[in-house]
Amino acid sequence: MIDDKDILLIEEPKLTASERLFLPQIFDGMGTTIRHFFKSLVGTPMTVQYPEVQREQRLENYRGVHRLNRDEQGRVACVACFMCATACPANCIHIEGAESPWPDREKYPTRFDIDELRCIYCGMCEEACPVDAIELTPGHDLVGRSREEMVFDKEELLAIYDKTKDIKPRKNPRITGYPGTGNRPGAQDEQKEKHQR
Amino acid sequence: MAEFFTSQLGVSVGLAVFALLVLLGAVSYCIYFERKISAFVQDRYGPNRVGPFGIFQPVADGGKFVFKEDVIPGHVDKPLFLLAPCITFLVGFIVFAAIPWGGQWSLGGRLIEVQVANPDIGLLYILGVASVGVYGVILGSWASNNKYSFYGGMRAAAQMLSYEIPMGICILVVVITMGSLRLEEITVAQTDYWLGFIPQWNIFRYPLAFVILFVTVLAECNRTPFDVVEAEQELVGGFHTEYGALKFGMFFLAEYAHMITSSALIAVLFLGGWHFPWIPWTQLEATSWFAVLLKILVICGKISFFIFVMMWIRWTLPRFRFDQLMRLAWKGLIPITLSLFVLAVVLLYFGVERSFWYPLIGNVLVLAVALFFAARSRREVTGRQRGMPAVGGGSAGRTVSMGIPG
Repeated sequence: MIDDKDILLIEEPKLTASERLFLPQIFDGMGTTIRHFFKSLVGTPMTVQYPEVQREQRLENYRGVHRLNRDEQGRVACVACFMCATACPANCIHIEGAESPWPDREKYPTRFDIDELRCIYCGMCEEACPVDAIELTPGHDLVGRSREEMVFDKEELLAIYDKTKDIKPRKNPRITGYPGTGNRPGAQDEQKEKHQR
Repeated sequence: MAEFFTSQLGVSVGLAVFALLVLLGAVSYCIYFERKISAFVQDRYGPNRVGPFGIFQPVADGGKFVFKEDVIPGHVDKPLFLLAPCITFLVGFIVFAAIPWGGQWSLGGRLIEVQVANPDIGLLYILGVASVGVYGVILGSWASNNKYSFYGGMRAAAQMLSYEIPMGICILVVVITMGSLRLEEITVAQTDYWLGFIPQWNIFRYPLAFVILFVTVLAECNRTPFDVVEAEQELVGGFHTEYGALKFGMFFLAEYAHMITSSALIAVLFLGGWHFPWIPWTQLEATSWFAVLLKILVICGKISFFIFVMMWIRWTLPRFRFDQLMRLAWKGLIPITLSLFVLAVVLLYFGVERSFWYPLIGNVLVLAVALFFAARSRREVTGRQRGMPAVGGGSAGRTVSMGIPG
């Protein structure tokens, strides 16, 4: 039962005489529309002609199609930790990991599939990733002829990285306790030192 | 053969064919201009891909309608279902027969009316035929065998019947003043001048009747703000929900044909039809082919202006709620038009019905009284209906005002 003091009665605003007669308000509105009409007639409308003219893409925070980043040596940066697959609310990431052939990490993904049709583009995977291997790009014009085709595998995701790395480089922040992470000068040397130990 | 083409019958037949073709084109281009105007009002480009500025868009749209699959749903009443768009379409176009396009034309030594038909009851013919238009809507909704379509049709019928009353009275005011039902005579009677320069158009005698006729025409054509019949955004088309392909196209074209017809009617009744002031070629005496052409251009210009205003209004105003719409017709327009009617009759009794000042002063008086009553009415215009329970169930709770402070 709702308490009486929690009920809020809302009164309609009192209409002025001109509002009550409608007509002055109507002419006011028609003045606004005719102004926009002539502005568009002689000038340029607000919208752009899409395929020819495209607005500047918001590289930093647009959440479009995913990519799988490569590290400095061109290998897949993913360490198959399953953090993204765990964080994913749509369950669209499928990873199969295996023993890494490289000395600097324990695992790497043999399969990395993202169902782009299931994905809700929330960006949780990007936030969950400890090595910034998965990132969302501004690519939004995604097409395919079948559902199977829209499940992107590892090679396709890496190819998207190759296509977009020039306009949006891998962020790769430094992670505390993990030498060799981050795009800082000297990071590469740290990594080599770690291997030599 | 040449004899036939210079006779009244020949000109009438030629004009009928010509008018029909021009109308079909004009109607499809009305849709193009509707889209363009809506785009410009909303700061967009509008159709601009098919041809320069998109001017071939109607051709593409028409082609699409023709080649779509002509679905007839299984549950409909088939004969009526097919008849409804035909009636609407036909009614939209045959009204043009009585519109005077260009006065008289001296052809082969005779004076020929540039009009498909000039019956004595021209105005009654137009009113009668236009009223049949509501049958198209009701039959379409009934035959669809779909209760929501039927609701749409009922709404349409109630609205169109309500607005036909003030419309009829407005036209009656003109008929009483002009003393004729012939549209050509009504036009000719408006070609004189007061004081040598003010054209004797009815709009100067009865500006109020002109505005009200325009409003009712908006309602009759189902245009915004009276388009509860279709209510494209939230009621999904109302009576034509079950229609597709060319049958829907016919409903759609008929709406625009109806707009053109109604605009022509307003132009003839209140703006002197083919008469343009201060130009001698548009007077009654000018009968050369050039004068006829100029007169046709003048009336087409007036029609275009009204259509533009209708589109302008459509992209400005939101839709009336149904009870507001009914209240406007029955409590606003009908009393005003009735007082105008009384005014016209009184002026006729004293023999001053065609003067300038008496009808104008009468109009101002009627308007002043109407505004006085409207402004004095304390009832909430947007409020809940009387008889409905109070919000929140009475005295409980606090009351706050929704108004913007200041």
